[in-house]
Amino acid sequence: MTPTVAPIDFRSNAAAAVQDSLLRAALRNATDTFAAKRAQAAACVPLEELREAASGIRSEVLGNLSSYLDRFIERASRAGAQVHRAADSAAARETIFSILKQHRVDKVVKAKSMVSEEIHLNDYLIANGIRVVETDLGEYIIQLASEQPSHIIVPAIHKDRRQVGRLFAEKLSCEYSEDPAQLTKVAQQTLRREFLSAAAGISGANFAVAESGSVVLFTNEGNGRMCTTLPRLHIVVLSIEKIIPSLADLPTFIRLLPRSATGQAITSYLSVITGPRKLGDRTGAEELHIVFVDNGRSSIVAGEYRDMLKCIRCGACLNACPVYRTVGGHVYGATYPGPMGIILSVLLEGMAKAHPLLDATTLCGACGEVCPVKVPLPDLLRRLRERRVEEGFTPAIERAGIAAFGRAASLGGLFTLGRSMARVLWPLMEKLIDPQTLGRLPKPAERSFQRRVR
Amino acid sequence: MRVQLFATCLVDTFYPQTGEAMVKLLRHFGVDARTPRGQTCCGKPADSGGYVRESREAARHFLSVFGANGDPIVTPSGSCASMVKNHYPHLFKNDPGLRQKAEDVGSRIFELTQFLVHVCKAHETGFKGKGRITYHASCQLIRELLVREEPVMLLRSMQGVEFVPMPDAERCCGFGGIFMGKQPEISMAMADEKLDSILRTGADTVTGCDHGCLMNIADAVKRRGADVRVTHIAAVLAEGLP
Repeated sequence: MTPTVAPIDFRSNAAAAVQDSLLRAALRNATDTFAAKRAQAAACVPLEELREAASGIRSEVLGNLSSYLDRFIERASRAGAQVHRAADSAAARETIFSILKQHRVDKVVKAKSMVSEEIHLNDYLIANGIRVVETDLGEYIIQLASEQPSHIIVPAIHKDRRQVGRLFAEKLSCEYSEDPAQLTKVAQQTLRREFLSAAAGISGANFAVAESGSVVLFTNEGNGRMCTTLPRLHIVVLSIEKIIPSLADLPTFIRLLPRSATGQAITSYLSVITGPRKLGDRTGAEELHIVFVDNGRSSIVAGEYRDMLKCIRCGACLNACPVYRTVGGHVYGATYPGPMGIILSVLLEGMAKAHPLLDATTLCGACGEVCPVKVPLPDLLRRLRERRVEEGFTPAIERAGIAAFGRAASLGGLFTLGRSMARVLWPLMEKLIDPQTLGRLPKPAERSFQRRVR
Repeated sequence: MRVQLFATCLVDTFYPQTGEAMVKLLRHFGVDARTPRGQTCCGKPADSGGYVRESREAARHFLSVFGANGDPIVTPSGSCASMVKNHYPHLFKNDPGLRQKAEDVGSRIFELTQFLVHVCKAHETGFKGKGRITYHASCQLIRELLVREEPVMLLRSMQGVEFVPMPDAERCCGFGGIFMGKQPEISMAMADEKLDSILRTGADTVTGCDHGCLMNIADAVKRRGADVRVTHIAAVLAEGLP
């Protein structure tokens, strides 16, 4: 027997979010801005060629993932990094904690990492007595507010500057301000002290280069570079699919990732870290650990949803999604929101828990249009809906209704009869269909089109 | 020229006047539009819900009704046209016979504005009309059928009509088939936002190529008591025939 898992209550979460006018204004502003900037930045490059190339590189890696991983591990080790592989979240947390414990670390500074959210790293470290300080401004805001990120690259997208101002005033005992520059300054001053006194830094990685054993980070605030160079210990946590074959492949992603994510031609900082600090290096951690998280990805890569792992976490599909734009990321009740999040959540967390997220799409296809690596998002969403039906996770009344529809649609006479009888059947439909929805439908015409043309 | 008219279940049941407008339009261009008996639904509602068996039942029936002769098929819906053209072959991927038939029928199906522009050259006709009209681009029409220009060409060609492009015309209205029923809160919020965009144009009429979206938009109009006419492009054009 599989244990019963409570499904995510997406509809209730969303119904509440729809009523939150502050949230919706913040989402509208942010997603509109990012989408417009993305479109502008994308117009300056041969986008289709780049997408094709990037998609090809990602497919090549996923088709031979274990050999690329082996090569990365060999090269990174040769460069002096210590590479670890964790089969699941618990193993990843353990691995990271034991490295920290070995170094008697009591505080870590963290650069933004979604996979660290996926493995619930912070809670674990904190429960084990380690102070964790998020240093990405958005993540810092979220940490102060004791919330989860609601966007994979703009974690505090759901907050406006007044909410941030009040939060800072309360938590940091500073004067209230709603000026973003002033708020940033406050965060900078507080965080600088943390950087200088932290014994370890934890970061994610955007890519891992198999040929050179390097990890690559795209960042904007400088905090990433501080986390990876100031403390003497640096731990990189990343999921296994982040590999690219060689540094020669990097320019394609340099041109695509920032453009797709924030509409920038390039991020302010681009770090390529190959091993720990060597003799003669002026910066860099003295000890570098790289922790690969699998968490089910090995089996995803072997199955029919492999293409999802091409994802480079740019967030463009979130910004393009009309549902995400309307309700934000928290309502998904999962680590990754938006179109890519629906698919990843079902694959990583299981159908039983995540199936309601498959209703969080109109299948409008906007996500597929903007994906820089051509993940067939609408197609994957549709296929997962099919799997959801196969596995019996749709409501009985819906199944019965669709079964009746299928029979009627395959029998011309009955379907026509059914429709011309709709006025008679209407009272019955009122019992079957959600009254809110029924009220939004027009009444059937007196005489159907087919009867009129006869 | 002879074509087969696929009215769609929505037009047949709720909007027969759109079907009549389409017949009138096609006749004007000398097209003999016939409505094959026994036609039902393309199966899209089941397909987008993930119900493969029921979509196949509907698709098999569609193929038997419209595959009986080799005439082109014209339908007033981007979503239904795309269902037949793009999704039927996938439904029958393990059945070479039906897959072949699906591909054959799919190659002959046209969304109405596609047919009007490419076959009838209707944008060179000089439709007449009045008022300000704006247009909502439906998702499957633009992203699956790749019909972006045709409806706009037709509307822009209308004499006496001021065509006003809608901001974010390509953003989903929140219909999404069963989405409308399963996520009514989000669906209505999205339709309300679509209505905001419509009102921003100052148009007195909003039109489109899919009754699913138009039904959802009409509901937003009704709930707000807004003064905008929501009507299918077939009706707009048929009224403006010279």
